[in-house]
Amino acid sequence: MTRHTDKEYEAELRDLRETILVMAGRCEEMIENSIRALVDRDSDLANKTIAADHTVNRDELRIDELCFLILAKRQPVASDLRFITQALKMANEMERISDLAVNISERALLLNKEPQLKPYIDVPRMKELVQKMVRNAIDAFVSGEVDKAYEVIKQDDEVDALYQAITRELLKVMTRDIEAVERGIHIQSVAKFLERMADHSENLAEQVIFMIKGKDVRNTDLPESDAS
Amino acid sequence: MTAAAKISVVGLDAWYGTHQVLRRINMAVQDRRVTAIIGPSGCGKSTFIRTLNRMHELVDGGIVKGQVLYDGEDIYDKSVDPVLLRRRVGMVFQKPNPFPTMSVRENVLAGLRLTSALKRSDADMVVERALRQAALWEEVKEVLDKPGSSLSGGQQQRLCIARALAVEPDVILMDEPCSALDPIATARIEDLIHSLKENYAIVIVTHNMQQAARVSDETGFFLMGELVEFSDTNKIFTSPKDQRTEEYITGKFG
Ligand SMILES: Nc1ncnc2c1ncn2[C@@H]1O[C@H](COP(=O)(O)OP(=O)(O)OP(=O)(O)O)[C@@H](O)[C@H]1O
Ligand SMILES: [Mg+2]
Repeated sequence: MTRHTDKEYEAELRDLRETILVMAGRCEEMIENSIRALVDRDSDLANKTIAADHTVNRDELRIDELCFLILAKRQPVASDLRFITQALKMANEMERISDLAVNISERALLLNKEPQLKPYIDVPRMKELVQKMVRNAIDAFVSGEVDKAYEVIKQDDEVDALYQAITRELLKVMTRDIEAVERGIHIQSVAKFLERMADHSENLAEQVIFMIKGKDVRNTDLPESDAS
Repeated sequence: MTAAAKISVVGLDAWYGTHQVLRRINMAVQDRRVTAIIGPSGCGKSTFIRTLNRMHELVDGGIVKGQVLYDGEDIYDKSVDPVLLRRRVGMVFQKPNPFPTMSVRENVLAGLRLTSALKRSDADMVVERALRQAALWEEVKEVLDKPGSSLSGGQQQRLCIARALAVEPDVILMDEPCSALDPIATARIEDLIHSLKENYAIVIVTHNMQQAARVSDETGFFLMGELVEFSDTNKIFTSPKDQRTEEYITGKFG
């Protein structure tokens, strides 16, 4: 990759890229821990995850600040401009994902107080997928491999399918057993939060595609392989 | 290239003696639009715009091949009078260059005096109109008889624009018109470019990327005598097609 002639500018961009990576790492960890807190019935971990959100919020502020400074000082154009504007949006999407991890942790705290309704099978699967989506979006962001970002968009369909399956199954359980309803609703919410994380990951992927290719793929159905 | 182009450049080459500095340039300059020319120092920007009004041939060893069609007519045709052509296609240079001994009024009229005799009352009208168009009238109307060199740099540059406008051209070529100006004078010239665009085709050479992005409708990127990319300015500055354009405008080594 060619570098900017101005080394200080290059350093500012590097700083921004690294801050995004750090934030993504924390975000992924929060997803992992929120579901682990639920599956392992570990309320300490749930509380820790809720507390960690604060750090992610700080990351977002830091990224905003770096972007504003670069916009003001460098007036970036072309791929630099796309990078900066997408960085702002990505930080926002990641912040939303971490908020959802907090929401899951709160449900975990409630559910952990009650006897377990049923073994968690599809929920961890969904979590795996969501984590993969975030990771792929960020990998694409770092490496410039646009295919990874297109992958994320496809994975969203799998997440949606799992969400439907979980909802159907919970409905069955809840209609049979009135005692199960409250826990059922919490678990259903957890699935819903994961499904929304997947949507945010899809946004991340679309932002990365725009950044790499300069092509807006929001609200288009199928990813073209390479038309431009 | 569209039929409506004010100037169509077709397969243009240019040399200084044996040194070829422009190769196979094709470009269309549209009427009532601003076309920006960008590119690193020495890539041929000034040479290129000088080929558009036959000033290149005034330089020692200056040779041009190919076509420059002005309203569909080749300006290099034998029947074309270069002096008349330069009235239609005016030029503003990088450094404000008013004639120092001439008054503000005489500076505005300098181009006209070369080609025609004017009555005093007509001359006054031309002076006021050109200075108003150049957004300079209010600032100099009391000092029309003072030397042009007594104005500030930004005022001098607008005086040169007024001089170019006084002969009522169709096209205005500007070679880095703001490089010697402060941000306020620059903003004035850019504002002026916006209003001039309603009546003229403008071609502007600039080293300031933001200026090209702000004032122009189309942008051409030159590199070592070639036109690498020519397209809609918004496209060039958000997602250029060519890697070399991208690297140049974002300030990277090639
Ligand atoms: N009068 C001249 N005689 C010989 N060579 C010249 C002359 N003027 C320019 N050149 C050469 O022609 C090439 C293009 O010069 P030109 O002035 O068109 O570049 P430019 O893009 O306007 O550069 P800058 O941004 O520095 O003004 C350069 O290699 C330059 O050395
Ligand atoms: Mg030049």
